[in-house]
Amino acid sequence: MTKRENNRLGSPQELEALRDSIIKARDPNQLCIVVCGGTGCLALGAQEVITAFEQEIEKGGLKNKLALRITGCPGFCERGPLVVIKPENVLYQQVKSEDAAEIVSATVKGNIVDRLLYTDPDTGQKITYEHEVPFYKKQKRLLLGDNSNIDPTEIRDYLALGGYAALSKVLFKMSPEEIIAEVKKSGLRGRGGGGFPAGIKWETCRKAQGEKHYVICNCDEGDPGAFMDRSLMEGNPHSVLEGMLIGAYAIGGHDGYIYVRNEYPLAVKNAQIAIEQAEKLGLLGKNILGSGFDFSVRISRGGGAFVCGESTALMASLEGKVGEPRAKYVHTVEKGLWEQPTNLNNVETWANVPLIIKNGADWYAKVGTEGSKGTKIFSLVGKINNTGLVEVPMGITLREIIYDIGGGIPGDKKFKAVQTGGPSGGCIPESSLDLPVDFDQLTKVGSMMGSGGMIVMDENSCMVDIAKYFINFLEGESCGKCVPCREGLKRMSQILTDITEGKGKEGDIELLERLSAAIMDSSLCALGSTAPNPVLTTIRYFRDEYEAHIKDKRCPAGVCKELVTYLIDEEKCPGCGLCVKACPVEAITFMGKKKPVVLDQEKCIKCGACYDVCNLDAVIRK
Amino acid sequence: MKTKDKPARQKVKSILDIHQRDPSMLVSVLQDVQAEYNYLPKEALAQVSQSLDVPLTQVYSVATFFKAFSLKPRGRHIINVCLGTACHVRGAVRIKEEIERKLDIKPGETTKDFKYTLETVNCVGACALGPIVIIDGQYFGEMKTDKVKTLLESYR
Repeated sequence: MTKRENNRLGSPQELEALRDSIIKARDPNQLCIVVCGGTGCLALGAQEVITAFEQEIEKGGLKNKLALRITGCPGFCERGPLVVIKPENVLYQQVKSEDAAEIVSATVKGNIVDRLLYTDPDTGQKITYEHEVPFYKKQKRLLLGDNSNIDPTEIRDYLALGGYAALSKVLFKMSPEEIIAEVKKSGLRGRGGGGFPAGIKWETCRKAQGEKHYVICNCDEGDPGAFMDRSLMEGNPHSVLEGMLIGAYAIGGHDGYIYVRNEYPLAVKNAQIAIEQAEKLGLLGKNILGSGFDFSVRISRGGGAFVCGESTALMASLEGKVGEPRAKYVHTVEKGLWEQPTNLNNVETWANVPLIIKNGADWYAKVGTEGSKGTKIFSLVGKINNTGLVEVPMGITLREIIYDIGGGIPGDKKFKAVQTGGPSGGCIPESSLDLPVDFDQLTKVGSMMGSGGMIVMDENSCMVDIAKYFINFLEGESCGKCVPCREGLKRMSQILTDITEGKGKEGDIELLERLSAAIMDSSLCALGSTAPNPVLTTIRYFRDEYEAHIKDKRCPAGVCKELVTYLIDEEKCPGCGLCVKACPVEAITFMGKKKPVVLDQEKCIKCGACYDVCNLDAVIRK
Repeated sequence: MKTKDKPARQKVKSILDIHQRDPSMLVSVLQDVQAEYNYLPKEALAQVSQSLDVPLTQVYSVATFFKAFSLKPRGRHIINVCLGTACHVRGAVRIKEEIERKLDIKPGETTKDFKYTLETVNCVGACALGPIVIIDGQYFGEMKTDKVKTLLESYR
């Protein structure tokens, strides 16, 4: 490390000089093996792959020839662990530690390891480069694109890509009012769920009277099935910090908090490292870049409560109290944390801010639709071929996301619905697949953008079961402070459970609708007032499934345990005995080779283990 | 104070010191105490309350409100079944039920020999691998009911 880096940067010129020296010291043609070290790939064994690469490079004495970079998530989780060879961007997928030696020796020779390339399932052809893979082709990766160029634990990588230039610009060339005007003009709306225009929020907060103004980054991401905030915080934490710094300067705040889920240990760690490195360079702390502006950030780890996604609950938790929301007669921008004006935005919103400042509001507003500007990151999960994070321009259709990027439904199953908006959102049926995705269109069909979870369901998903799943989730997460949410959700859960157990009655659907209306009207916070959405949308689009459960005592998708029977197809069953071993209650008897097994309905607990292990479709679920 | 309590008090004290005895850091303090003991011991809660000058009732209300905290000692191995939406549609409930049957405990409970504690989590954000089981921080993706037994047996 040079001497300069131990010193705080005292002016924008010093920042630029440091940037120049970093860029000059780097060879743009440097061969580099990039391994995804995001949570998804780590779970698939990326750590072993990384260790193997380290050993191979060491063994071959290739340190000068071949660099190794561990980065955040590029998004294509389905095919992890992912390895990209820079500068050409050759993509290797499902890499194992055994492959390291071959990749290293091929790379230094300028060759490509064909067998590890991605095969296009439509054409059967191997695809060499990352940007040519259909999964990435239709994306517009303004935020996630940098992830594979950045080692999140190395501020120099962020600086080399122009990092903190937007901060320097606002501190020395823009007034807070100009920043707010720019963000307003860009049309940036909060990515956390509500979609409130960020510029207006900042302006109100700036104008609010108080001793102190606080700035908070919400990385609590409680939506099950959403992990874009985690990936940004893990992969590019400095972009979030820079966004917060710009926001704090615009609002007039000097104290910031990052509230992050404790279930995201890597995000906590990388955010902590980023804060320390930025402090060392004088990009955080007192007198930032010699401008006289002070701002510091602390990390607070959440305790695992979904309701803390609600701003007032999050702030209560930050104060060391129980995470209960309060009624928002007075908004948090006026009186939030410690009763002071507080501006809260989520990770993705903050990460957009440096882009807007750097490139201008007009540039940003070119992407997207009339009412929703820029890109949105979705986590595309569930019954989908290409699970992962996708960043797309607002206005793209659901069909494009699910079929062109997501590669459709596995196993030739039929698409049934896509659930957006997390537990507060709704299920969208096939008839609405050509809907352009933005804040307003999703609301129109009864769902919402939410933080960007997109869970795809196929013909084997039961919509009543999904509605029950969300209501049970929310019943468990309801803080219990207000009666409509606490008691109302409990009743809805009971009714839905009855329906899925074959005890549904005529009139239950109407009762659910009445309860929904009451809960939506009278709940204290957004958790309650949006909770009935999954029930209302499934009733709206899949009423026939509810009716099948109630009238015919039948679950068409074969999910609801009490309404399902498992049978052995005697013609298909070769008596291999796999299911006999799998059955946890010994309900299946082996009758000898080539003879079909026998299932005892009395003993069967309908766990589905036999159905899972049978490769020959000889277990029938009815 | 009894002499044998001293080391424990010292540990909690150093956690409190890290957080500068700031009452607003209550949640973080409790998280660190739990990381140390695997649960929140009664004595530690009393000490936290005293040192931070936060009423014991408030310490308890926070400790019982957040899902991450346990007031009971937990097992040597913490099993977490992800019940996020993506895992749910891929059959996570059946995995959970199989573990329940194998260990004869429900989520939130610990086996009598204090070997395993079963918990559930609402999404760990590794949805591509669903259904996921996490044991002592290690992820096991694409779980199937017939893999549960071997997996559990590998943790002794």
